[in-house]
Amino acid sequence: MFMGYTLSELGSIFAMQAFAGLILFSVFVLMSLGLAIIFGQMGVINMAHGEFMILGAYMTYLTSQLFQSYLPGLYGIYFFVAMGVAFLVSGSLGMLVEWSMIRFLYKRPLDTLLATWGLSLIMQQAFRSIFGAREVGVELPEWMMGSLPVTDTIEVQINGLFVMGLTMLIAVAVYLLMFRSRWGLQVRAVVQNRTMAGAVGISTERVDRNTFGLGCGIAGIAGSAFTMIGSTGPTAGQLYIVDTFLVVVFGGAASLAGTIASAFTISQAQSTMEFFMSGSMAKVLTLLVVVGILMLRPEGLFVLKVRR
Amino acid sequence: MSSSDDRQDKMSATRRAVLQGMAALPLASAVPATTMFASAARADTPPTSAVNTTGLAVTDTEVTVGILHSVTGTMAISETGSVQAEKLAIEQINAAGGILGRKIKFIQEDGASDWPTFAEKAKKLLVQDKCASVFGCWTSASRKAVLPVFEQYNGMLYYPTFYEGLEQSKNVIYTGQEATQQIIAGLDWVVKEKGAKTFYLLGSDYIWPRTSNKIARKHIENFQKLKVVGEEYFPLGHTQFNSAINKIKLTKPDVIYAIIVGGSNVAFYKQLKAAGFDLSKQTLLTISVTEDEIQGIGGENIAGAFACMKYFQSLDNPNNKAFVEAFKKTYGDKIVIGDVTQAAYLGPWLWKLTVEKAGSFDIDKVAAASAGVAFDKAPEGYVRIHENHHLWSKTRVGKAKADGQYEVVFETADLVQPDPFPKGYQ
Repeated sequence: MFMGYTLSELGSIFAMQAFAGLILFSVFVLMSLGLAIIFGQMGVINMAHGEFMILGAYMTYLTSQLFQSYLPGLYGIYFFVAMGVAFLVSGSLGMLVEWSMIRFLYKRPLDTLLATWGLSLIMQQAFRSIFGAREVGVELPEWMMGSLPVTDTIEVQINGLFVMGLTMLIAVAVYLLMFRSRWGLQVRAVVQNRTMAGAVGISTERVDRNTFGLGCGIAGIAGSAFTMIGSTGPTAGQLYIVDTFLVVVFGGAASLAGTIASAFTISQAQSTMEFFMSGSMAKVLTLLVVVGILMLRPEGLFVLKVRR
Repeated sequence: MSSSDDRQDKMSATRRAVLQGMAALPLASAVPATTMFASAARADTPPTSAVNTTGLAVTDTEVTVGILHSVTGTMAISETGSVQAEKLAIEQINAAGGILGRKIKFIQEDGASDWPTFAEKAKKLLVQDKCASVFGCWTSASRKAVLPVFEQYNGMLYYPTFYEGLEQSKNVIYTGQEATQQIIAGLDWVVKEKGAKTFYLLGSDYIWPRTSNKIARKHIENFQKLKVVGEEYFPLGHTQFNSAINKIKLTKPDVIYAIIVGGSNVAFYKQLKAAGFDLSKQTLLTISVTEDEIQGIGGENIAGAFACMKYFQSLDNPNNKAFVEAFKKTYGDKIVIGDVTQAAYLGPWLWKLTVEKAGSFDIDKVAAASAGVAFDKAPEGYVRIHENHHLWSKTRVGKAKADGQYEVVFETADLVQPDPFPKGYQ
């Protein structure tokens, strides 16, 4: 397929392809971070993760509508406000869900799977009743569209850069929060030994609620960012959930670094293969490779060395 | 501005009044001779025993039909418009006096985006409710699931979606276009108008895009003697198209031919635009994006692309103006009407005309009478049912505008013959 192209043409295609892989990597990290926090730190399998993302997308839609009607002059920056709103709303709903449902199920991890799956169905129908069954179009400010020409033949997408920047920011923030703050220390203490953590005066219930809220909030931000590249409809969350679980499980459920490594591996594999073969075949091969590796390393890429 | 609007309102109000007046005409002229009117009314409403010999749900005053679409699940996005259109048509038929003097009553069932559920509900509508006809289904998968049910229990299905063809049944009337109707005219147009030489075919990975692209490829390679430089498929719900877009950049096709559906559509057009494709320079032809989909994609992301189908909301003819107005009056000003919605609207009307032609609700008689039934009040213009139970219809090419509407840039001179089993395209 490379016959008849000049070297510079090929060079720029490879550069753009590398960039496409990096965008996919950022997207994967962004969508799986929230799930990884909840799954890894609390052992809860949140099947409604996709719906929390779409909640964030709908919040972005509402914010854009509000700005259009009341603050048209500030429309260029509405997206930043929207991400904040998405974080707060998804996070608050996450805390509410934890308080009303999840906390009764910590001793029955498989039941959380069923409960959150039910929650995802409820949320989908709620979206459908409130916003209608049809997809909504989220309009972007003009500056976020299009691409930047780097050279004559290489162009990079502005929204791709935006997603990459955002992912980096959130990943760093999560790292600082989990590993450099007092709150993170508490979270890790609860993960390692709930009884002892309670005995030394950590309110484990509050830590749980905040952790769940944080995970859902990050999902909300991810959903908000994905309005740039995907659709916003009642069931759009389902589009992301498989990839999200794939990344988290492949990376080793309990490890945030594993999540990032796994997102990198899967995204690079997928985007390279997609370039050389049809999209469907690339997906099949990616899944096969992941299944193969998981058979060799059932706990995922990164395993926490703990004595069980 | 406002005065012209007023005039338009008044004009359509008059048109409605005339229609209603025509329906009420026997009444007005028969005021002095009441007996004559009574006998006329009897002639209008033939006895149930005469028009229903197979035990369908038909009474002296009512006939029951079914509506079978997904109002929950993934497909609700697409099928909502069809439900609305079918209900509107039924309402209008009832307001104009019903069918053979009987009002239409509908029973709505939810297929829930699940094919076995569709089959189960179809059976319920036919066996338990004895529906005289059913308007429904959207995806080919749901149609394939209900087809044996309709054939076994002898029901009548009016199916609204443009689809891949390769099917024909006594028990189904296909009110959307089959693949050759939709594809060939569009390809011919793009070659003639844009001087296209090379094509890149894209699609979601299931039967309709694959069959359609197969027909497109045969037409391009065997009949137009031009070149397909790439063809590829993505799983339903795929959201990352950057690699595919890079491949398109590498191959530089004259035309991107896209049959991507659902949420993937939104991702594809947004990423295409972000990657620097200017659709006013790069020709893109699609057969899967109606006005409904543009709402999700955003008009600014797809402006300049061409779509090939039989109906656009912006069609400029009196039938369509009245239809759009009635639709907006019922469902609100912001609603948009896509190709399938219009095709769904045709279902109840075509059934009414066929029943009246057959003089009976019996399924066998309706099926036999279908060929040749013509509907000249169709929003898309005149349509006629072919012997193969598909519709003769015109094919049009529209150019997407930033406001989410299409501007019609081409329309076939004549009705295109439906050809569900095209020779030379298999």
